[in-house]
Amino acid sequence: MLCAPLLGFHPRPHEGSAPRPRKGAALDPQPFEKRPAKTLTCVCFALISFFVLLPLAVAFSGNICYNYYNVPKEEIYLKKLLKYMKGYIKECILGPLFKLLEALLELLVPLVVAAVIDNGIARGDRSYTVRMCLLLVGFGAAGLAFSLTAQYFAAKASVGFVTKVRHALFKHIGELSFTEHDELGASTLITRMTGDMEQVQSGVNLTLRLLLRSPFVVFGAMITAFTVDRKCAMIFLYVTIILLAVVFAIMLICIPLYKKVQKKLDSVTLITKEDLTGVRVIRAFCREKEETEDFRKRNAGLCAAQEFVGNISLMMNPVTYIIINLAVIILVHNGALRVETGDLTVGEVVALYNLMSQILVEVIKLADMIISLTKSIACGNRIQAVLDTPSSIISGSGTVPADSGYAVEFIGAGLRYKDAAENAVSDVTLAVKKGETIGIIGGTGSGKSSLVNLIPRFYDTCSGEVRVNGVNVKNADLKSLRSRIGIVPQKAVLFKGTIRENLLRGNENASDEEIMLAAKTAQALDVIRVKGGLDGEIEAGGRDLSGGQRQRLTIARALVRRPDILILDDSSSALDQATDAALRRSLRETDFSPAVFIVSQRIASIAHADRIVVLDDGMVAGIGTNEELLGSCDVYREIYLSQLGKEAV
Amino acid sequence: MAKGGKSTLKRIMAYVGRYRFPMVLSVIMAACQVGLSLYVPILIGQAIDLIVGAGRVDFTGIRVILLKTAAAAAGAAALQWCMNLINNRVTCRVVRDMRNSAFEKLNTLPLSYLDSHPAGETVNRLISDADQFSDGLLMGFTRFFTGAVTIVGTLFFMLSINVHIALVVILLTPLSLFIAKFIAKRTYDMFLLRSRTKAEQTAFIDEMISGHKTVAAFGGEEKNLIRFDEINTRLEKCSMSATFFSSLTNPSTRFLNNCIYAGVALTGALICISTAGSAAPFTVGQLSCFLSYANQYTKPFNEISGVITELQNALACASRLFELLEETSEQSDSGNADIPHAKGDVRFNDVSFSYQPDRPLIEGLDISADRGQRVAIVGPTGCGKTTIINLLMRFYDVTGGEILIDGQDISAVTRSSLRKNFGMVLQDTWLKTGTVRENISFGYPDATDEEIRAAAKAAHAHSFIKRLPDGYDTVIGEEGGSLSEGQKQLLCIARVMLRLPPMLILDEATSSIDTRTEVRIQRAFDEMMKGRTCFIVAHRLSTVREADMILVMKDGRIIERGRHEELLKLDGAYAKLYNSAF
Repeated sequence: MLCAPLLGFHPRPHEGSAPRPRKGAALDPQPFEKRPAKTLTCVCFALISFFVLLPLAVAFSGNICYNYYNVPKEEIYLKKLLKYMKGYIKECILGPLFKLLEALLELLVPLVVAAVIDNGIARGDRSYTVRMCLLLVGFGAAGLAFSLTAQYFAAKASVGFVTKVRHALFKHIGELSFTEHDELGASTLITRMTGDMEQVQSGVNLTLRLLLRSPFVVFGAMITAFTVDRKCAMIFLYVTIILLAVVFAIMLICIPLYKKVQKKLDSVTLITKEDLTGVRVIRAFCREKEETEDFRKRNAGLCAAQEFVGNISLMMNPVTYIIINLAVIILVHNGALRVETGDLTVGEVVALYNLMSQILVEVIKLADMIISLTKSIACGNRIQAVLDTPSSIISGSGTVPADSGYAVEFIGAGLRYKDAAENAVSDVTLAVKKGETIGIIGGTGSGKSSLVNLIPRFYDTCSGEVRVNGVNVKNADLKSLRSRIGIVPQKAVLFKGTIRENLLRGNENASDEEIMLAAKTAQALDVIRVKGGLDGEIEAGGRDLSGGQRQRLTIARALVRRPDILILDDSSSALDQATDAALRRSLRETDFSPAVFIVSQRIASIAHADRIVVLDDGMVAGIGTNEELLGSCDVYREIYLSQLGKEAV
Repeated sequence: MAKGGKSTLKRIMAYVGRYRFPMVLSVIMAACQVGLSLYVPILIGQAIDLIVGAGRVDFTGIRVILLKTAAAAAGAAALQWCMNLINNRVTCRVVRDMRNSAFEKLNTLPLSYLDSHPAGETVNRLISDADQFSDGLLMGFTRFFTGAVTIVGTLFFMLSINVHIALVVILLTPLSLFIAKFIAKRTYDMFLLRSRTKAEQTAFIDEMISGHKTVAAFGGEEKNLIRFDEINTRLEKCSMSATFFSSLTNPSTRFLNNCIYAGVALTGALICISTAGSAAPFTVGQLSCFLSYANQYTKPFNEISGVITELQNALACASRLFELLEETSEQSDSGNADIPHAKGDVRFNDVSFSYQPDRPLIEGLDISADRGQRVAIVGPTGCGKTTIINLLMRFYDVTGGEILIDGQDISAVTRSSLRKNFGMVLQDTWLKTGTVRENISFGYPDATDEEIRAAAKAAHAHSFIKRLPDGYDTVIGEEGGSLSEGQKQLLCIARVMLRLPPMLILDEATSSIDTRTEVRIQRAFDEMMKGRTCFIVAHRLSTVREADMILVMKDGRIIERGRHEELLKLDGAYAKLYNSAF
């Protein structure tokens, strides 16, 4: 619609111009009267074939790429992600539209130049030439405006879209239960939130800007060529097909090769990492030479693979160059024949020549774009897959009261992790009152942590039930349930921020006095002193603290909330024995007297508990005091002897 | 980077210099290729000029010219491909060479360097810095060179055809560079803000997802989401402006390009009209040649300006890599004598040591352990128990005094012969990715299958190895893969068992090992220690009680020493430690 009036420039100058040009009517029989109609048909044809062929081409190449990225088709969730695009529909339509307008203007440039040659130069018409060149500048300015508008919409939509998706994913990840976190793994989730998001954003941006543009220019150039001269345009058709074939063939050959290179690179990275982490062992065994040899071998393999794939992918430029130039040669030759018979003008030959060079640039752009689009789609699918993972634990609605007979009751409780063949814990029955201290001991994998993880409902029981303050945890509101419990996890996790911020995570409303009191109980006062008080900054993950310091702060954090139930999950392992003992003493003296669960492999840490639960392979091997168990429980005695020696008994 | 810039270049040349000949060849090819590819539009222009009009086409002339064109294009393509092959080869090999030297360097660096630099950072230097360096520098260099030749060549051809139009191109082109630079300058701050905000968000995500269990335990999800959204909104804003404003560059330069194009078309057409019929007319063919030049002319400029940032980045990467390569290695001990198979008498004479010169750690330390004696080192975590190991193995060298083995100063013998006399089992179990067999024979690759089996049996590892899917050929994945901590420890013991040296350094595990494995490890340890001088970082009271000497350490110093009973009588730090445990 836009180009018809624009091209109207062509015939007009001639209607009134009296002096007949050199080329004369005889040699230039038809073009100008017919052209508007011809142009209109061609534009319609262009648009139709564009919208028909484009989806086909994308679907085809996408299909091939999917196979290479191992994305099974049924896992294409991307559609669902698109709902976050809702607020940006206007941008999604206007962005590509303006980009199309820009491309259209670009396609018109060679035609204008042809008009300059055929009408301006051939007829010596200076004012026509000036006007046409001003038109070119006008095209450029309009193109600039269109393109900026398109960029703006594309940036707005892609950034906004990803911001929304990121919010949704972060929220969702926060709601997932431990089971899903175990299954997916922290590093995967972090990649989804960061790298994958980035890729999706650039994918959306690219799509909005270029997906329509590149094919449009290619097809547009082809179709414009058809309007100029049907016979010569056939060359365009062939060239486009050959170029697409060559470019995609090279890409498809290279993708698996690049994967191979990546694997070799991974192996080089691995040996480097191992050399660094195992440096003491390697030097102790005097293996430096062998390691270096091994590295050289892998490195040489990497180099060879890289060279090979490079040699193939670097063919792209020379090969496409020669194809295009051969096409130009044929074009000029055929053009010459057509001019000889009077079917074509010199200007039109030049126009065809110019159109040809546009095709090359866009075909290569298109290929690059499809590759990065497939990557983005794969990332989008992975994000959606996480969003589609439901949380296996849904909060109940009951509030947990302050007090009842028993703080914690296990009634035949069992836990089986997802996809595990056997129960991690089976059939545990135990009732614990407030103020009581329970020690839990057993080897690795005996189910100690699994058992205490049932109390705050980090995992659900597969049999039996767990009650906290008399309420079945499955019916309790998770927030209300967990607010009754103070947990010190196995791995001492602290967050970046001040010590106060970290400890307030335990209880937002705690005063400084309460915090200091908790720190005192947790033997953490000197840690706070070293850091220069509660406002001392802690680095991410508490990197700047020793294991023991971190652990004492996490204990203080759990104590700040004055919990009914305190769970120390192997949390004294980083403490030396003296501190561990002092901690146990001061815990006994707290005024809120929680039920305390101490998980440990160290006999010393649990020997003084009111009751000790001995776990062996997920089963309760015995419950009782230190003395009782030494008499009655073989597993307990075995552990005791291995740690303390015979004389201690 | 600026200060080391020049010397970095020199050092780079040392690596690239090996490939001097191919590099020179590639440069010559680049020049020829550019020349040919610039010649093609001229030939096409000439051909077009022979198409005068209907009935006046000079076909013989056209065919000759087109044949020339085909030859020129083919030549250009062939040259480009050859040049690419050479560059690719040189790039790959330079990286390979650099990585090899870097890795070699790693194995000679003192542990003080490795301990103070995170492994990830060093790996990064070796892997990505090397990659970026080669990509940026070598590819950048060829692109820079090709770009420069193209500019010069185009100028030459344009000037030779028509000075006026050439001037239009020459005068207008730099404008696009200014625009690109202007935009880059203005957007730099936005990019900086965006990458900072992104880093902030990534750090937050990283912390909260890694610490999810803690977050969930304290019900912090909602608060986290509020904080996340705050960062997310900020990121949206600065992302939006950075993305949009940076994407201005292309359309703007394209617009300028279009103006140049129009300018060329205008001047060209006007000159065509005015020179029509004269002796040396400016022809339509020449105009089309100019137009195609005008289309291409800004490209090398843009490329060169892009390459410059890339080169800067590559130089930065290179200097980081060279920093590693130029760290001082451990002093070579090639002139030193080998210590033969030692008997196992160990003496520390007035040893002093510190990790940092301004913070003395060990001063005037005397220890004497006779052959077959057991020395237990105890103390709270972080008290420097591993320092003794570091000194014995010469991972670090003493700063004063001497350590003697069988009366021989260990700093006067080769490190490798010294270390061969020690068997070391650390708490931090390190296994290589590879088969079980490879791991056990790590210190003695020539061991026979029988020897390996015997060692595994002695370490009580044989029974679990047998049950692994491929027995001794089971491949252990990264960081020990699916093996339990206890199994890994048994393999580490088997590794030492294979060649039992006269002295042992043992670091007892505090970490969780199931009871049965622990009993096995204990037995394996006992077996190993028979008749050998042992230094044990002890966590078990049974070990301590049986030791010939206990060193009680605190804050890197030895505060008490003696046998169990003596120390208990002393009623000092050891007694306190012992009693508090029970």
